[in-house]
Order: sequence, then C-alpha cells, then structure tokens
Amino acid sequence: MYNPTVMDHFENPRNVGEIPDADGIGEVGNLSCGDILKVYVKVVDGKLEDVKYQTFGCGAAVASGSMLTELAKGKTVEEAMKITNNDVAEALNGLPPQKRHCSNLAADALHKALEDWRSKQK
Amino acid sequence: MRKIYMDYSATTPLHPEVIALMTDVMKNVFGNPSSLHSFGREAKKYLDEARQKVADLIGAKFEEIYFTGGGTEADNIAVFGTAYAHRKKGKHIITSAVEHHAVLDSCAKLAKSGFEVTFLPVDQYGMVDPEQVKKEIRSDTILISIMHANNETGTIQPIEEISKIAKEHDVFFHTDCVQSVGKIPVNVDKLGADLITLSSHKIYGPKGVGALYKRKGVRVEPLFYGGGQERKIRSGTENTLGIIGFGKAAEIAVREFDIENTRVKGLRDRLIKGVLEKIPDVRLNGHPEKRLPNNAHFSFAYVEGESLLLSLDMKGIAVSSGSACSSSSLQPSHVLTASGLPQELVHGSVRFTLGRENTEEDVDYVLSVLPGIVERFRSFSPLVGRKTV
Ligand SMILES: Cc1ncc(COP(=O)(O)O)c(C=O)c1O
Ligand SMILES: [Zn+2]
Repeated sequence: MYNPTVMDHFENPRNVGEIPDADGIGEVGNLSCGDILKVYVKVVDGKLEDVKYQTFGCGAAVASGSMLTELAKGKTVEEAMKITNNDVAEALNGLPPQKRHCSNLAADALHKALEDWRSKQK
Repeated sequence: MRKIYMDYSATTPLHPEVIALMTDVMKNVFGNPSSLHSFGREAKKYLDEARQKVADLIGAKFEEIYFTGGGTEADNIAVFGTAYAHRKKGKHIITSAVEHHAVLDSCAKLAKSGFEVTFLPVDQYGMVDPEQVKKEIRSDTILISIMHANNETGTIQPIEEISKIAKEHDVFFHTDCVQSVGKIPVNVDKLGADLITLSSHKIYGPKGVGALYKRKGVRVEPLFYGGGQERKIRSGTENTLGIIGFGKAAEIAVREFDIENTRVKGLRDRLIKGVLEKIPDVRLNGHPEKRLPNNAHFSFAYVEGESLLLSLDMKGIAVSSGSACSSSSLQPSHVLTASGLPQELVHGSVRFTLGRENTEEDVDYVLSVLPGIVERFRSFSPLVGRKTV
C-alpha cells in the first residue's frame, strides 16, 4: 500500500517528540477522522531552527509528519509558510489516494504553529 | 522472517484435506450437476454429499440447505428475499446496529425503497437486548435479522431468546452464523432460526461459496433468475468445486470441533492475559465471556490502529483494525462506535483472531513484540496524558 519512502519514514520517523520551550505549536485533525498531528517550532532569527512533531495517526500521518519536519527545518518562516500538504506528499513519492485527505495534514499543522509564533511576536 | 497469521475472522487458509479433495475433483469431476448423463450424475453425487455435510454441520435437513456464492449473497437473499416475499404482510424489519454490512446495507437499501427498518442499539459489549427486540415488534414486522456472533468483537448474541420472541410474534427470524459456525455450537433447532447464513472461507473452505439455511416452508423470493438451480432460490450453474470444498470443510469442522476450539481458546486466553498484563491502558473490547473462543479484540489508548497493524505486519504478524484510516471507506468501525467506545479507542483498536495454525510460540512471540510497538507510538502520541481508558 505504501511506497518504500513512506515506509522508511514510518519505521524511522525523524524529529518526533515535543520541544518543551517551543516558540509555536500547531495541532490539526480530529478524532472523528482518525488522525491528529501536532507540530512544534523553534524560531531563531526568522529561521526554523528546530521542528518536531507528535502524531496519533496512521502510517501516512506518521510519515508525512516526519517528512514535513525534514522539509521545514532550516527554512525561513516565509519559506516554511509556502510548504503545502502536497509538497509533503510529493517528497514522500506519493501517498495512496484515500490517504491524501485526512492523513496528509502536516503542513497545515506547521502553518498553525507558525501563526502561533507570529501571534506571540506582537 | 517468521510469519504469524492471526486474522482468521477475515479468512482462513484451506484445510489440507480440503485441498486434497478439491485437487482430485478438479482433475476428475467437471460435469454439470443438472445434466442427466453420467458426467452430470457424478457431479450431482458430490454436490449432494456436500449438501448433507453442510446440513449436518448445523443439524439441518438436506433439503434446507441452499448453496450461494458466499455469505454476502446468503445474507442478501435472506433480507431482500424475505422482504419481497412478504411485503403484503408488512414492511417493517428489525436488525441491529452491529450487523455485518451484508445485512446492514441490505436493510438500509430496503429502508430507501418503501420498507421501514429499526436498527437496534447495543450495550457496551455490543450485545442486543432481547427485551428491546420485543418492544420494537409491530403488527407489520416481517423480519428480524440479528447475527449470532460479531465478526469484529466476537460478541455472541442471545439468539435463542430473540428467536423465541420472533416466533411468539409470528415474525421471520434470520441469523448470520458466518463467524459462529465451527467455533461455537450452531444448531438450527436450538437457535430456532428460519434462515441462517453460512460462509465456507471462514471454516477452512474455499472463498466465494456459502449457504443459506431455509427452514422448510419459509418463503423467500429469489434475487437471481435463470436455470432454477438450488430449487430456484439461487439460479446459476453451481460452483461445484467450491461447494465440494465447503462440504469437506464442514465435515472437518464437526470432527475437530471440540479439540480445535479448546486448543484455540487456550491460546486466545493466553494472549488476552498477556496483553492486559504487559501493556497499560488497554481495553478488551466485546463481551468478556460471551465471545468467540478465537477472538481477542483490544483498544490501545493513545495509539492509532493502522500504525499498530503495519508495525505488527513488519514483524510478520497479521491482524486487522477498526480504525478509520485502516478501512477503505475511511469510516471507523460501526460496531465499536455503536458499542459506545470513545472515538480514540475505536481508532486504536486491533483484532487478533486465532486459528488452526497458531501455536503457543506464536502467542508468546506476539507478546514479546507488541508491548514495544505500542510503547514506541505512545512515545510520540500527542494524546498521552489527555484522557485515560
Ligand atoms: C458476519 C459476516 N457475515 C457475512 C460475511 C460475508 O461473507 P462472504 O465473505 O462469504 O461474502 C462475513 C465475512 O466477512 C462476516 O464476517
Ligand atoms: Zn490516516
């Protein structure tokens, strides 16, 4: 069902866990659809110095959270805001069609985390 | 890698004796059982033998068994066939919220085409209350359909009580015994059903073949029209090879009933005990006692079922899950939802169903890898600490 890249990220998810003193936190998903993804960011000089995630989710959710953190780490806030769920899926060499909605929400969680960071800057 | 199949409620491998017989029949018997010549008569002889064996499996009469293309088809004939045959008498049907989709969706379809359907709720164990069945019966109720044992949780319904109520009110009673037959006693007179669904591939027979038991005198309308095979209930040249395999599987199910179910229940109990001891925040779903002897169904708090399924699969262990993400429809299990399980625990559910080829070593292997897998996913679950089981 899942391709080798997805399975690799599922088996060895990168950057899992919390950032205790995160600058921004974003959570998306809900229990009725089955996947929840939470992203933590550490922003230093406008750059994402650290990105971590937690998930309650299926193989696709685990893998997309992992891939997202890889894509986002080191990017500027502006660049990171441009990462889409689709970018994550593409970086994973694709997800099964039925997994493109509920389970592929990592970029949304990142954007929420960055908005959270922004709201704290004012 | 070690491979352990613990998904026997999804399907079973063919019993070696079934393979032997089917191989022989495949080579030597090809006639159409409706043909009058020797080729046809030979096929008919095998077909009759199979019918008798399936009848013996459930204490039915030879002529009360109608072969179908599987459990789904038998369920459809039972539900639509009864509704259509007795629509002049009434338009009300009673079923439960935890039926297999073959019954549930058939009833839902009838509800959209002029019939009225009551979907009975269930308690926390997935159990139907016979009193509630009684309460819902109306003067125009024509059919009650309640499964014997649930395919997900393994919960066994109080079928004898429900069939008694149906009989008292002169309502036809159908019960889907696809999961129960071969695992717990299924006897047509004890269960008191008018219609019973069976499927071959859950009892080590081939796929795509099943049977409808129809008590003598009960009228159902056929869904297929054609050559009038199976006494017009199911037209179409019989799947002789499949039916013969089914017959053999039925014979073995009777012969090995005690020894096999005692053995499997021992393994299942060992699995449940081990999981509950080794892993915190686990719930055993379904009824603690009134459940199939081969079924262990758990919800692991904070963890999603498809992830568990995939990780177990990577260790060679095959199971299934009721989570939304693990189903093609993306719907969480209707059975667990109807049993009032919180969403999180529905998504975190995993079903282990044991069978012939499992050993104590298999169970111990599962118990050696499962705690680590659950622990790993919990280590990065955002839900840990939010709720408890
Ligand atoms: C309770 C129940 N009814 C019906 C069916 C359908 O049987 P079949 O696969 O033979 O169509 C199944 C199989 O999953 C089942 O578990
Ligand atoms: Zn998912």
